[in-house]
Parts: sequence; structure tokens; C-alpha cells
Amino acid sequence: MNKQFNQFRFWAIGLATSWLALFVLVPSLMVLVTSFLTRDADFLIQYQFSLEGWKSVLDPSFISLLWDSVFMAMMTAAICLSIAYPFSICLMGLPQRWRSIILFLLIVPFWTNSLVRIYAIQFLLGKKGLINQGLEFIGLIDKPLDLLYSQFAVIFGLSYILLPFMILPIYSSMEKLDFKLLDAAKDLGANATERLLRITLPLTLPGIIAGCLMVILPAMGMFFVADLLGGSKHALLGNVIKNQFIQTRDWPFGAALSILMIALLSFMLWLYYRATKMSNRAGGINDSNF
Amino acid sequence: MTRIFKLGFIGLVLLYVYTPILILVTNSFNASRYGYKWDGFTFKWYEKLFENDSLMEAGWHTLQVGLTSATAATVIGTLAAVALQRYRFYGKGAVSSLVFVSMLTPDIVMAIALLILFITLGIELGYMSLLIAHITFCLPFVIISVFSRLKGMDMSVTEAARDLGANEWNVFSKIIFPMILPAIASGWLLSFTLSIDDVIVSSFVTGPGYEILPLKVYSMVRVGVSPEVNAISTLLFVGSVMLIVISQLLLRKKGSL
Repeated sequence: MNKQFNQFRFWAIGLATSWLALFVLVPSLMVLVTSFLTRDADFLIQYQFSLEGWKSVLDPSFISLLWDSVFMAMMTAAICLSIAYPFSICLMGLPQRWRSIILFLLIVPFWTNSLVRIYAIQFLLGKKGLINQGLEFIGLIDKPLDLLYSQFAVIFGLSYILLPFMILPIYSSMEKLDFKLLDAAKDLGANATERLLRITLPLTLPGIIAGCLMVILPAMGMFFVADLLGGSKHALLGNVIKNQFIQTRDWPFGAALSILMIALLSFMLWLYYRATKMSNRAGGINDSNF
Repeated sequence: MTRIFKLGFIGLVLLYVYTPILILVTNSFNASRYGYKWDGFTFKWYEKLFENDSLMEAGWHTLQVGLTSATAATVIGTLAAVALQRYRFYGKGAVSSLVFVSMLTPDIVMAIALLILFITLGIELGYMSLLIAHITFCLPFVIISVFSRLKGMDMSVTEAARDLGANEWNVFSKIIFPMILPAIASGWLLSFTLSIDDVIVSSFVTGPGYEILPLKVYSMVRVGVSPEVNAISTLLFVGSVMLIVISQLLLRKKGSL
């Protein structure tokens, strides 16, 4: 009987551990190694140490491209945040049953095909799309605006796809907020702005950072959004990485770019932990304050 | 008054989220080819879709990969969640941080990491490589869904069973499994939807011989508007929504079974 116990335990632990080790840990290390290897036209890579991949990252022409991508991702995060934060505040004012229904409605599209939804945005932004038709109908414009195939379109598409990723962490950090603090502040004479800036905002900071993390990183990777909405002019980091692996075949460069993304991820995670610590110290969430 | 304002804002956001999808669904029944104005109701794009053999084949491949990878991810993920919850073992911390990392890693990074692995190991890009990749990115979702269910469970039942002489396998199959079945089912459904919707990872790890639906759709929409795509997108959307609704309902019904 004891043998059977060991068997189940062995399989439960072994299967998951080996899968994660083989298909998550090992490949990640391989990306790191690849970024330090030599590019080879015929065999993709040569097993020889080289810093060429990392030098390409510092190339001025690439830096401007990187900046473009970072800018679009940041704008996306800013737009998502400016919708998600008021949205979460509004949501908090509703009864619990409504909240879960609305959150559910928000999550449903998030699980459906994002490619298809980006494609649908073409109908919205196109020359004869809904927005142009609407503006012409009201009489605001005479001829249709060039909305599609622009940086604006890429940012629009990214924020459309990633909005739920911003709302969920912010909403859940607001749910944890102790409303007694707000009442106390009100009693002590703080006005609505002061309460927002000095209590709600600092205490929901972890949620904001988590949301930014879940928006910015995927935003830089979603090459199909730039492909379908940005034309060929507005590339994201994902497009560059994809090119290195599929067309140009500069694997070390592509790998170095991925390491860059992982570094950014780690930095934002670090920020998140800092913010969590800080909000625990400053607020009443942690019971060590009492 | 403020309540009306709040509801209005929420309504606007929901409208923003659903408008593109509504346009897509409407256009799939629109006789006008470019879909900028309504030319009458038609099923012809759906008919065309079912006559398109290469699309149908890609759809079949997607179903194959989706079903197998969701099932495998659910089996491995459920065992992993049980192991993480019940046992102490060497490297447990490392395993849970790997789960965490693999969930946060941007898709594109995971895609190239797996591509490098497959090329190095000489695994041919096609069904097998897709399967491995899909299992890998579905795994953390299953683990987390099952793990959070296990955490909410009353573990004294399993202790009682152990005291009465049940072995670990019996404890799992007779007690834990029935109790976490809703979470397992919901994990499976989530994995399946993730798998049939994935574009980023698949575009790296599949080969020319094995086309799947999202990539086929991608290559079609890059060329321009095509009404068959509206039809297939509508079908994909309706399919995903149904699976999600079922999985959420499964998670809602706490304590049953």
C-alpha cells in the first residue's frame, strides 16, 4: 500500500516538474545562451561566443525603433489606465451582484480570439468605417480621416485588446481597500480629491502596477496588431523579434531582444513588490499597523 | 444622479468592448462584400466557408491540437496542483515560481524559447511541436484554477480518509478528484479556448505542412477584407463564448458535486 502511495506522489510531482523544467526552464536558458552566440547564414547559429547580438540592440537605428515600440506600449497603458481606473471606481459603487455580471461581460471577449477582434477594428477605423461614417453624418468632417494604418490605430487596437488586463488587477486591489479609511478621512475634513490622491491612489498602487505590467509587456509583443492596423510603418518589438527569427534569421539579435523583454518584466515585478510593501506599510491593510 | 453617470460610463466601456464584435457578426450575414453598408441578409459566406477545403482542414487541425493539448495540460496541471498543495518536496519553491514565470512571460518570448528548443533537439515543426507549445502555455492556467479550488477545500476529509487506511491514490480518486472536478473542467475549457485562439506562439512553432485556423485566418486578413473570414470569426467567437460561459458556470457552483 505504501508503494502505491509513493507511486501517485512520484507521478504527480515528477510529471509537472519535468514538464516545466524541460519546456520552460531549459528553453529560457537557451534564449540567454543564444543571445551570446554567433549568427550563421546556413545553420542559424554557430556555437561560438559573440557579442554581435547585443551590439545590434545598441544600434542607433534600432534604438529609435525600440523607442517607437516602447512609446506605443506606454500610451496603451496610459489609455487603459485612464479608462480602467474610473471604471473600477464606478463599479465599486454598484451592488455586488451587478459587479460580477459586469466583470463577467468584460472578461468574455478577453477569452475570445484577439486576432479576430483586431481584424474587426478595421471595420471601425477604415475610410468607410463606422467612426468616419458617424463623423460625416454629424457633419464634423467633409472627407474621411485616415485613421487606419497609423500609430493611432495600433495604440487603439492594443488598448482595446488589453483593457480587461488593466481593469481586473485594479478592481481587485480596490475591492481590498478598507472603506473605513475613506470615511475616517471624510470625517477629518479631507475633500474628495484629497481622499483620492492620498488614500485610494497609494493603496491601489500595486493594482495599477500589476495592470501596467500585464498591458505593457504583451503590448510590445503583439505583432499582429501592428501588422493589421499599423501597415508596415509602425513596428512593435514583437515584429522585430519575429523578423529576426522568421525572415532575417539573426537569432542572437532576436534572443537578445527577448532577454530585454524579460529584464523589463523583472523590473516591473520588482516595482510591484515594492509598491505592495509600501501600501501595506502606509495603509490599514496589514494588521501590523494595529 | 451620480449613479446614472456611473452606469453610463460602465455602459460606454462595455459598448466600446462589444462594438467591433457586433460589426463582425453583422457583416458575416451582410450580402455586401466589403461590409460598409447593409445589402441584405445572406448565408452565402457561411456556405463559401464550408466549401473552402483548406480552411476546413485548418479548422480540423485546430480542433485536434486544441482537444489533445487541453486534455494533456489538464492532466499534468491537475496533478501539479495537487502535488503543490499536498506534498512537500525538494524544489517545490522552484516549481511554483516556474508556474508564475511561465504565466507572466510574454507569448513572444515563450514562442522563440520553444522554437530554439525544438530546432536544437531536432523536433520537426508541425503537430508535435504545436502540441508541446500549447500544453506549456495552458499549463499554468490549469494549475492555478485547480490550486485555488483546492485551497478553498476542507482538507480534514482527506486526513480522515488517510486515518481510515486509504492510500494516496484512493484519496485522490475518491475524494479530491470529485471535489475539484468543476475546477478541472473549467481548466480544460480555458485551455481549449486558449489553444484554439492562439496566434503568437503558433506562428513560430508550426511548420508549413500543418496549418491551423488562426494562422490561416491571419494570412487571409493580411491580404484584405474577406467575408469568409467574418463568417469563420463569428463561429470562433460564438464557440469561445459558449465554452467560457460553461466554464464560469462550473466555477460559480461552489460546493456542489
